This record gives sequence, C-alpha cells and structure tokens, in this order.
Amino acid sequence: MDGIGTRPETKAPDWRRVAAIATPLLLLSLLPLYATFGASAYEQRVIIVLGIDIMLVLSLNLFNGFTGVFSLGHVGFMALGAYGSAILSMPVAHKAINLPELPAWLAGVELGFLPSILTAGLLAAVVAVVIGLPVLRLSGHYVAVATLSFLVIVRVVLINATPFTRGSRTFFGTPAYTSVWWVYAWVLITIYIAWRILRSPYGRAMLAQREDRVAALAVGVNVLRTRMLPFVLSAFLTAVAGALWGHYILSFSPNAFYFTETFAIITMLVVGGMGSISGSVVGTVLIVLLTETLRELERGFDLGFVQVPPLYGLSQILMAVAFISVLIFRREGLLGNTEINFMRLFSKRERTADKNE
Amino acid sequence: MLDLRDLDVFYGGIRALKSISLHVSEGELVTLIGSNGAGKTTTLRAISGLLRPRKGTIVYDGEPIHALSPYHIVQRGISHCPEGRHIFGNLTVDENLRLGAIQRRDAREVRRDRDWVFSLFPVLAERLRQLGGTLSGGEQQMLAIARSLMSKPRLILLDEPSLGLAPVLVDTIFDVLRQLKESGRTILLVEQNARLALDIADRGYVLETGRLILQDTAEALRANEQVEQSYLGG
Amino acid sequence: MSFLEYMLQQTINALSIGSLYALMAIGLAMVFGILRLINFAHGDMMMVASYSALALLLAGLPYWVVVPIVVLITAFAGILMERFAYRPIRGAPDVAMLLTSFAVTIILENSVVMMIGARSRPFPVPEFLRAVYHYGNVTVASVNVVAIIATAILLVLLTLFVTRTDIGISMRAAADDMTAAQLMGIPINRVIAAAFAIGSGLAAVAGLLWTAKVGKVDPYMGFFPVLKAFVAAVIGGFGTIPGAVLGGFVLGSLEISLQGLLPGQWSSYRDALVFGILIVVLLVRPNGILGARAREEI
Repeated sequence: MDGIGTRPETKAPDWRRVAAIATPLLLLSLLPLYATFGASAYEQRVIIVLGIDIMLVLSLNLFNGFTGVFSLGHVGFMALGAYGSAILSMPVAHKAINLPELPAWLAGVELGFLPSILTAGLLAAVVAVVIGLPVLRLSGHYVAVATLSFLVIVRVVLINATPFTRGSRTFFGTPAYTSVWWVYAWVLITIYIAWRILRSPYGRAMLAQREDRVAALAVGVNVLRTRMLPFVLSAFLTAVAGALWGHYILSFSPNAFYFTETFAIITMLVVGGMGSISGSVVGTVLIVLLTETLRELERGFDLGFVQVPPLYGLSQILMAVAFISVLIFRREGLLGNTEINFMRLFSKRERTADKNE
Repeated sequence: MLDLRDLDVFYGGIRALKSISLHVSEGELVTLIGSNGAGKTTTLRAISGLLRPRKGTIVYDGEPIHALSPYHIVQRGISHCPEGRHIFGNLTVDENLRLGAIQRRDAREVRRDRDWVFSLFPVLAERLRQLGGTLSGGEQQMLAIARSLMSKPRLILLDEPSLGLAPVLVDTIFDVLRQLKESGRTILLVEQNARLALDIADRGYVLETGRLILQDTAEALRANEQVEQSYLGG
Repeated sequence: MSFLEYMLQQTINALSIGSLYALMAIGLAMVFGILRLINFAHGDMMMVASYSALALLLAGLPYWVVVPIVVLITAFAGILMERFAYRPIRGAPDVAMLLTSFAVTIILENSVVMMIGARSRPFPVPEFLRAVYHYGNVTVASVNVVAIIATAILLVLLTLFVTRTDIGISMRAAADDMTAAQLMGIPINRVIAAAFAIGSGLAAVAGLLWTAKVGKVDPYMGFFPVLKAFVAAVIGGFGTIPGAVLGGFVLGSLEISLQGLLPGQWSSYRDALVFGILIVVLLVRPNGILGARAREEI
C-alpha cells in the first residue's frame, strides 16, 4: 500500500518506499502468525475466515472499483470454486461413495490442492467470459440485475445437478487442505493483482472517470473490453477464495452461496470504500469483528438483572442498518477510493502528502 | 414583483451563476439573453425551485422564496415553462392541461381558463385525446405554454420557446406572448433569439458565462453595438 | 385428456400465476417509474401481509374482515419503508438505491426471524379457497379462479385511479418526466408515498393468494416471487403499469409452457431458463415488449 503522495520530483529514498510497502504486509502477516502460535481454535477460525473474506471483497472491488459497475453474482463464482475444487480433489474412493452418479470422466480424477483450486478458478474464468460477453455491455444497474440473475441461475443449477453437487443436501467429503498460510498467501496475491490493476495509470484514470462514464466513452474507451479483464480476473480470484473456503469448511450446501453471503460481501466492500484496497481490508476486518461480536450476543446474554433471550437474526439486521447508514451518511465508505498512506509514517521532513488523489 | 439579489448558483462544484441581480416588475416582459451556457436556464431553475442558490436571495412579492420547493413556488403563482418543452409524452393533451391546473380547486374557473387557452391555441382542442409525444414540435411548445397558463400564474417563466421551431410557428407563439403581455401578465423570457426577444420585451438583461454584463431597456439594448454584434448579428 | 381440455387447463394455470406476477410487478413498476428504484424489499410486503393475516386469523377474525385490514396494514408498511429507508437516499445513484433495498429486505426478513422464528408456519386457508372443482378432465382450483377475478377487478380499479384521479395522473406524470411534474407543483412526497402504498397493497393481495395456494408462510417467502415479478416487469416494459401487467401474464404463460415442454428431469431447470431469458431481454430489448421511453445510460 504505497503512499500516493510520492510525486516524481520528490521521490523518497528507497528504504522509505520499502518500509512503506513492508509495513502493511508485516501488519497483515501478524494474523496468520497469531493463528499459528497462540490463538485459540475459535480465533484461528475467525482469522482464516477473515482472510477468505478479504480475498472475496478485494476480488469484487477489483471489478467494481475499476469499472464502477456492480456485480451481484460473484458469489456464484465462489460456488463454482468451492464445488469445483472439492469434486476435483476428492479421493476417487470417496467420490464413489459420496457422488456415485458422477460421470465417469470426472469420477476417476483426483488432483492435488493447488491444481484443484487453479482448475476451479479457470473454470470460473471461462464462465465469466461467457457471462461477461452479453452482460457487461449493459448499463449501470442493469448489469447488477443481470448478474443477480446469474446468481439465481447458479443456484438453480447447484440444486438440480445432483450427480455433481448432491443437490440441496449437504455436500461433504472435501479434503481438508486449507491452512491459514495458504489463505494469506492468496490474500497477498490478490492484493498484488488488485494493486497492479487499480493503481496502474490506466486504472487510476478509470477510477477517476467511474462516476462520469459519458466522459469515458468520449475518450474512446471500449466499454466491453475494459470491463472484461477485471471481470474475469475477479471471477478467478473469487473462485479460488471459494475453493479455499470449501477446503476449510469441508461441508457446505447451495445456501452458503446465495443472497446472505452476497450481501455480507457487499457490506464489507461498501463500508470500506469501493476502489480502495486498504479500504477493503479495513472494511472486512471491521464487519467480521462486528459480526462475530453480534453473533455472540445473538445467543442471548445475561445482563445481570435481566436475561436477554436468543435473538437470531439480530446480527443481520444490525449489519443491514450499518449498511444503510453508510449509504446515507458516508456514501464513499470509510476510505472512499484512497489508500492508507503508509509513506507518512516514514517521511518527517516532507510536507504532509495529501491523503486524497 | 420579483427580485434576485447577488445570486450564486452551483452545479456540483461548478459555479453557474455569479452574483446575479435582477428584478421584474408587475406587468413587465423582461428578457434574459445571452449565448448558450450563459446561465439563463439556471436562473429560471433557481427561481422555480429546481435549484437552490448557495448565496443570495430571491424575493417575490416581498417574500423570500429561494429555499422553497417547486410545489410552493407554483402555489405562489409562478409558473416555469422549461426549456425543451418537457411535456408529458405518455399522457394525453387533456391530461397535460389537467396537470397544469393540478393545484387549483376552482373547477369552474379552470374550465374557463381551458377555453381561453384553446382560443389562444386552437390546435390543442383538436388534439385533446392525443398523446403528447405524438404532437409536432410546434404543437408541443404550444401545449407546454398552455399547460403553464393553466395554473393561473401571475409570473410566467418561459425558457427558449422558439427553440427548434419553424419561423411560422415562432411567430404564432410570439403573437400569443404579445397577447399575454397585453392582458397584463408578468413574463420573464429566456431566449436564444435575441432579436425576437428584444422586439417584444420592455427590458432586458444580458448574461455571459454566469455573469450579468448588461442591463437596460429593450430599445437601448437593440441599439447597443455590442449586443448588435454578439447576439443580433448571428 | 383432449387437446382442448389440456389447453383450457394450461390457460387457467397461466392466467392465475400470471395474475400473481402482474399484481407484484405493478408495485415494482410504479416505484421504478417514478424513482428509478428497483425495490427488492417489495417481496417482503407479501410476507408482511401473510404474517399479519396469520396473526389476525389466529386471533379469531373472519377471513373477509382480515383481507381489507391486511391490505391496509401492508400499504402502511410500504409508506413507512419509503419514508425511512428510501427518502433519505433519494437522488443517490441507482445502484446505491438497489443495494439499500437489499438491506431493507434483510432487515424485514430477519426481524421476522428474530421475533417469530425462521421455520415456516401453516396458514389456515379458508374453505372457499381450498376447494377444487373437476370438469371432465380439467381441474380448477378455486384459488386460481379467485386470483384471476380479483386481479381483473383490481386492474380496473387501478386504471380508473391513474386516469381519473389527480394523484393517479400525477403518478403517471412523475414517471414520465419528473422535472416537469415538479414544475406543475405536484406534491411529490405524497405522490411517491401513494405509489408505495398502492404497490404494497397489491402485493398484499398477491401475498394472500400465494399463501392460499401454498398453505404456509415463512420469512423468506417473498424473495423469489419478487425476483420473478422483476423479470415480468422487465419483459413487459419496465416502469409502466401496462408493461408490468403484460409482463406478468407473459411470464406466467412462459412458465407454464416451459413446464409442459421441458422433458422430465430438466423441468426443474425452468427457473434457470427464466432468468436466462431475462438476461437476453435486457440485452436485446431492455425496454421490454411495450418499450417504455429509452433512457440514455452508459
């Protein structure tokens, strides 16, 4: 998360740039470190899920922050990743028992962890191209609606393609490959990809023109082509995140890849700020922490003088209220489309660089 | 009757009007001329409540109205006939006129006004059941003006009534404007066609990139060399 | 079953499900026409109506008393929803408003989960709606007939409303050209509230009919119907009432036809096909069959 304040003429000495990049990465690596050495099982779970959520939010931000267009169907790619990778990596013997109706060409396949998730990711990428061709041409909220249709279509397919997915019943038997280091390695990769795209000169121009697409068209930007690459990339990464999640949680059903998950990711994205990488991280951390706390409260708690009964659903309500509040009071989210400027930690003599681009 | 003082209006971050001050007295026809983008439409939108000025005041009959919504502005007898006509294309001519009078409660008076409006624009009576969108450009402009008149306004804000119309139709419309003026109505007219506007007006203001650069009687403006060159020659 | 009997059966089915979609789609279309807001929380109006009806029926009130009360309650809920969730963000970009409607859905659905529970509950469907009649090989459920008749009556009333009353005409004007509508001095807040109220009221009727068919209520019952209603509205011509009605019946016919045409194991993919068709429509003719005025969007 390099500082934006660096202008060519006042290029900071190398050690400062290195420090500015290393600091957030070190901060980030604190999480897997803690998970490995000292965290309780519960905390480990939270840290892993946090990492996967960061990856999901960043992947969505990659598309949305770049194009200004909302995809409501990304969780569909997550499902493709989870189911795809699970099926590919499941030992043949288990496949025979869990998925007896699997077609022969698939039943005999057994891939390792990395090949599985990459293949699943590629599958999602291909689907993204197929979906993207018609859908990305549409304007503003029609894309949102069309991608929502995609989500519904994926769900219907998941529920009905029983030989592959066991339909609406729980899918189990996924090999437990995910570790916290795998997750955060991928988080890093996602951050890097997002950084390269969002912070490239072209990316920055697109970001600035996000609100003013008439100008973008006037400059001769081909809408379909510029949207396709981020869409496919984000689909790939989302699928990988889904695969990682599948290999962690081990059993899941189509319900995990529907509206609730979609809204959770969008909330994290909006709260953090669309178009901001550090915003996505911050937003995700905040929402995950909030959700975990609220979930504890949901089980009911003892205030000493009064027993508050279980209130399932309260966490969701409060999240939705938080979401609406952000839209009303600070629509650009916590960080808007700026980044946390780590350069400022290291430059004392330079005049304070702007936080805004 | 109407008094704008030091008006500053912004569109997002851009200042569209700077320190505009003008006034219209009862019974006058005052025109606002200037090239495209000068801020003429913006001025009218500020008066009718579609835009809120950041600074300055608009006073009508002694009452400040710059913070009022369009609903209240219409209530006070100001009617804005917008640029580009903005008639309701999916509604009939009849319904368009009915909407013009939507705030009124005096049914008999409304009927009388409808007859009067039909006397000004007979073609509207023929097209009563037709959808607004099927009317020709000239007919739409007539409908727009008629619709504005249905609210029984004391002050009429007219934005570019001649835009895109054949000369014959323009003459018809300006004849009607003349009739309105003679019947004592107060009109603030924004016009690209400065010659026509100054022919009919009592006084005029010239706007350029958001500022008032000239104001005088219509005669004086017509004779003014600068006006001659910039706005009448073209 | 003879061909004629088959067609008759299918027509009744299509008309009845089409009626439900039409009732739901109208509410979506009215709000979208005026505000450019796709209100996904509209589906929850069905849910509010059904749960309110359940509560009142369990309290002992007769069905014919419950129905108008529930319609009023739901209309009021619609007005509240507009006042507190959508008015504060009026003028926001379209996507922000769409996302807000999702948030409202979550709040409404989870409130019910929290207060009543997530499990579905049986609904005491009155006798006259449970009856099924047989004419030769044709089976006619009375609830379907009621749906068709009720919808027809409501459509007539609605048409009278939007062509004869001031508020109704103002609504159409606001959907046609908001700026001009404002300049006419239309009481915009009142008009929008009326649009929400009427839309929600119609959704209440749709909800009660749906519940009568299905026999139970659950907090998420409105989600899928509103998605379908949205497809209906888009197909017919999004933003206009005639478009919504036409779209509702087109979608109903489409679903029934697909059900008949698709071979056995594929018939459950019918819904996926419906949404696929939505994508195609958005691409090819985004303004639907009746083609409301196109708006420039990038």
